[in-house]
Amino acid sequence: MIKVDDIHKSFGNSEVLKGISTNFEPGKTNLIIGQSGSGKTVFLKCLLGLHFPEKGRIIYSDRVYSEMNDEQKRSLRQEMGMVFQGSALFDSMTVEENVMFPLKMFSKMSKSEMQDRVDIVLKRVNLIDAHKKLPSEISGGMQKRVAIARAIVNRPTYLFCDEPNSGLDPKTAIIIDNLIHEITVEFNITTVINTHDMNSVMEIGEKIVFLKNGYKEWEGSNKEIFRTDNEAVTDFVYSSDLFKKVRQMYIEERN
Amino acid sequence: MKNLILKEIDDLIYGSLGIIIFISFFIGGVVAIQTALNIDNPLIPKYLIGFTTRQSVILEFAPTFTSIIMAGKVGSYITSSIGTMRVTEQIDALEVMGVNSLNYLIFPKIVALMLYPFVIAISMYLGILGGWLAVVAGGYTTSADFIKGIQIDFKPFHVLYAFTKTMAFAFILATIPSFYGYYMKGGALEVGKASTTSFVWTSVIIIIVNYIITQLMLG
Repeated sequence: MIKVDDIHKSFGNSEVLKGISTNFEPGKTNLIIGQSGSGKTVFLKCLLGLHFPEKGRIIYSDRVYSEMNDEQKRSLRQEMGMVFQGSALFDSMTVEENVMFPLKMFSKMSKSEMQDRVDIVLKRVNLIDAHKKLPSEISGGMQKRVAIARAIVNRPTYLFCDEPNSGLDPKTAIIIDNLIHEITVEFNITTVINTHDMNSVMEIGEKIVFLKNGYKEWEGSNKEIFRTDNEAVTDFVYSSDLFKKVRQMYIEERN
Repeated sequence: MKNLILKEIDDLIYGSLGIIIFISFFIGGVVAIQTALNIDNPLIPKYLIGFTTRQSVILEFAPTFTSIIMAGKVGSYITSSIGTMRVTEQIDALEVMGVNSLNYLIFPKIVALMLYPFVIAISMYLGILGGWLAVVAGGYTTSADFIKGIQIDFKPFHVLYAFTKTMAFAFILATIPSFYGYYMKGGALEVGKASTTSFVWTSVIIIIVNYIITQLMLG
């Protein structure tokens, strides 16, 4: 469980986050959505501890981040997995070495135990023939799956994903969405996804936080987003004709 | 960490040997020939060609000139590789995992470049060898005169001075390019700009430190 309590973050004179409070529950896919410049990435980086809010608290299962010492922060980070927008795989390492990296750095496993864990995780993300390939030798969708494998290999408590579908074709995007959702439920992880993708919102958005101009404008589930009358949300989510029609059909069906 | 250090030794030291060998050999030859051509007074002994070549190579050409070349080769490599990791969020990935990215990326480079004096020793040897071959093959002096010149009035302190500044240059070569790579902002274009800026500042600082150490040790 991650509890966010009134966080503020500024860069120079520009206040990017203006008092955001919310909760992210374990075993659920929590989505942060909003237009470009709404503060999504800064919010996610605050959750990751890469940016430090000037005001407010972020609480990870009763542990307040701002009250932790460096050692406790480092230890907490070992409970986190992150899937970056561009995958952020280490270029000079093979797929297998990338996935094994967190284990090598922090676990006390033997080489064979590490190898077994890597094999299990790569099989879980449906990558069984890519162990020895370099990131440059595999497709974008495969790179995303390697990034997911690397993020979950240490059995994290918290999984963060920054635009996991960007640059992927619709079919691969759905595969990645479903994979993240399955892993979240399977390992009871608190997953927070930063996305623009409305398909993700509809498919896996068990909790959605909508940001606008640094404020939390709305929060709810993918079922509730169909019913909301919040103008900012409907403007953003139903900006395309297709989604307008989907919403219309949903409301008609409910009535 | 051991594997990282070995990889950096391979990339930064072993990978630079070819260019260092090539440059040192020919620079030594050119220094010797130019010295020979400028000694046209019959009263000046020919062994001064060897003496001058040795002094020029040991005191300045091997440690300083080679380090400027290395600022271009190794410095640009360090800045662009770390800068690319910054741009592609690989450094953020390390931080999120709880890895101290500064320590992970830069410490192995500093340790690897502590072997830099061995490269400079090779450069000194080959510079003098190049000078010997150039003047003997070119008929400017005899082998015996050149060898007498490189042995005459030899001060071991000069070698200590050369290696002292080499160690300082090694530290500069590891840290300044790393700084420009690690703290860069932007995209691919900025990686290129950071590499150029890093080369310029590494060279400038090497030259200033060279002056300060020379004043302190020989002045």
